[in-house]
Parts: sequence; structure tokens; C-alpha cells
Amino acid sequence: MNKKIQIGKKILSANEEYARENRKVFTEHHLPCFNLISSPGSGKTSILAKTIGDLKGKLTAAVIEGDIATELDAQRIRSAGAAAIQINTDGACHLTAAQVNSALQKLPLNDLDLVFIENVGNLVCPSAFELGEDSKIVVLSVAEGDDKPLKYPGIFSKSKVMLINKIDLLEGPAKDDFDVEKVKADARKLNPNIEIFCVSAKTGKGMNEWYDWLLRVTAKTA
Amino acid sequence: MHEAMIAQSIFDIIAAETKKQNAKPIKAKISCGTFNAVNDDVLSIAFESISRETVLQNVKLEIEHKPMQAKCHKCSQVFDFEIVRPLCSRCGSEQYDLLPDEPLLIEEIEFEVDQSNE
Repeated sequence: MNKKIQIGKKILSANEEYARENRKVFTEHHLPCFNLISSPGSGKTSILAKTIGDLKGKLTAAVIEGDIATELDAQRIRSAGAAAIQINTDGACHLTAAQVNSALQKLPLNDLDLVFIENVGNLVCPSAFELGEDSKIVVLSVAEGDDKPLKYPGIFSKSKVMLINKIDLLEGPAKDDFDVEKVKADARKLNPNIEIFCVSAKTGKGMNEWYDWLLRVTAKTA
Repeated sequence: MHEAMIAQSIFDIIAAETKKQNAKPIKAKISCGTFNAVNDDVLSIAFESISRETVLQNVKLEIEHKPMQAKCHKCSQVFDFEIVRPLCSRCGSEQYDLLPDEPLLIEEIEFEVDQSNE
């Protein structure tokens, strides 16, 4: 006779405890926190650097950077004028709430209006790990093709915002390969209330709508 | 790839319960939602690697995937959401909200009790 023991325990509860702790820190400091998730090369860092530069004086952000190796992204953010903490995951494909927790201890939280977390470039794994953020923001670039929402439904269903980046490419040869309306419709099948902004961090096109949303959300939390 | 961390968490939970029960674990039932991105084979191999040469060696993972559900705005029907056909199963409406995905849970652990501990 075997004995069956009912457990009913969340497998990632250790991560969730840290996520709850992070959320408490954000709430205490009236800080919204956004977790940016995308495949590598979609332009997360470019979007953040441009946003930080353009909103200088209106919004003070800090960035927690997640990468497998190097400080390159944190350096780009610092050059744009914001505080940045680099986490190297040494091969792991996503950030954990514990890593974010130790990064938070190094940030000047009282001087900030918001915190961005730039997750490791990957459309799958980061979506399974809560970090204590208010919302996830998924970034998809024109160069990746317009089939991504249906192929990676998890992250598109969990994100509050989708940024479609590199829309300057739609004026070149890529214009027939990427159907913006299809991407929007597919994302809304998975997430009827998702906010969508079409931007180019390179040319600045569409960035103002994204900034308006960001300033509105940040003003609400302050 | 994130299955490695999930496997480690499963290992820790089973190991803690094994100490309490003082018996040999043989099977664990895991359940997860649709969008947890858990691949059964990858998770099983990760778990097997971690548990090799421990008291958890030979524990089999039984993984159940629960469907994503949605609730219709028009008729309030709760239905299994299909990405290729996102319509209410009762009235055919395209207006719906997705319900929260099921979390990753360890539901049950089965222990062998008719043998002395090795």
C-alpha cells in the first residue's frame, strides 16, 4: 500500500515570496515598475535609453538590467542619464525575484519616479517568473515577423502593453512582410485590453504616445 | 530552459516532505496552466538529473496541463480558450476575457510505505 500525501503547494512559491517583498518596496516608495520582455535584439535597451533621454526633467527612472553576460546595457542606460544596476544571470534565461530584490537595495529609490526591469532577451522563460512588477511590457520588432503573438501566446496574454518597435523598417523592403494590423488583432485575441504603441526608438516616430501613457501612469502612482 | 529552476523547486518540496514522512517517494503529481511554458520532457529530464543518486532518484513526475479558460462578455459562458478559434463555445461571440492561468502546483506526492527505508 502506498501513501498519497496532498501537497497543493505552488512550485515557484520561493520566487513569489521575493516578488511580494519587491512589490512592497515599490508600493512604499510609490514607484510603478515595468518588466520589459522580448526576444534578443528587439530594441528594449534602445527604447529605454531614448525614453530616459527624451523625458529628462519630467521623469526620473532607473533600470535593472538582466543579461547573461556583460555590463553593456547598463552602460548604455547610464550614458543616457539614468541609474542602472546590471544583473548577470551566467547562462540563466530569465531574471528571478531574488535577483531583483538585491538590485533594489542598490538603487536610490527615494529619488525615482519609476523602475524599469529589462529582462533577459527571451519570449518564453521570463514570462513564467513574477518579479514584483506592476505590469509586463512586451516588445516586438518589425524584423522578427508578424507571427509572434500566436507563437508565443504566454507573454502576449500577460502583458499590459505591447510596443511594436522598428516601425521605420515598414518604409523599406520589410513593409510587405509585417502586417501591423494582424499583429494587433492577434495580440488582442489573447489579451483584449492590451495597450499597443507603434514606435521607432531610432527615428523617434510614435514615441510621444508611449511617453504620454508612461507619464499618465506614473502620475497616478505618485 | 527555465524548467531547470522549476525542477529544483519541485526537488526541494519533495525532499522536505520525504524527511517528514520518512518514506521513499515514488511519484509526484504536478499541474500547470497553459501559459506556464512547461515542456514535460524537458522538466522530466531536468528533474531526473537533479535527483540522480539522491533519495528522490526514480521519482516519476506526472504532469497535467489545465486548459486556458475564458468568460464570454455576452452570455457569461466559461469556455476552454483555443487560440486558433477564439470564440465563445455557446454563443460564438468574440468578446471575452481570459481567466487567470492556473499556477504551477505540486498536487500530491506518493510514498512507498510497505518497505523499510534503505
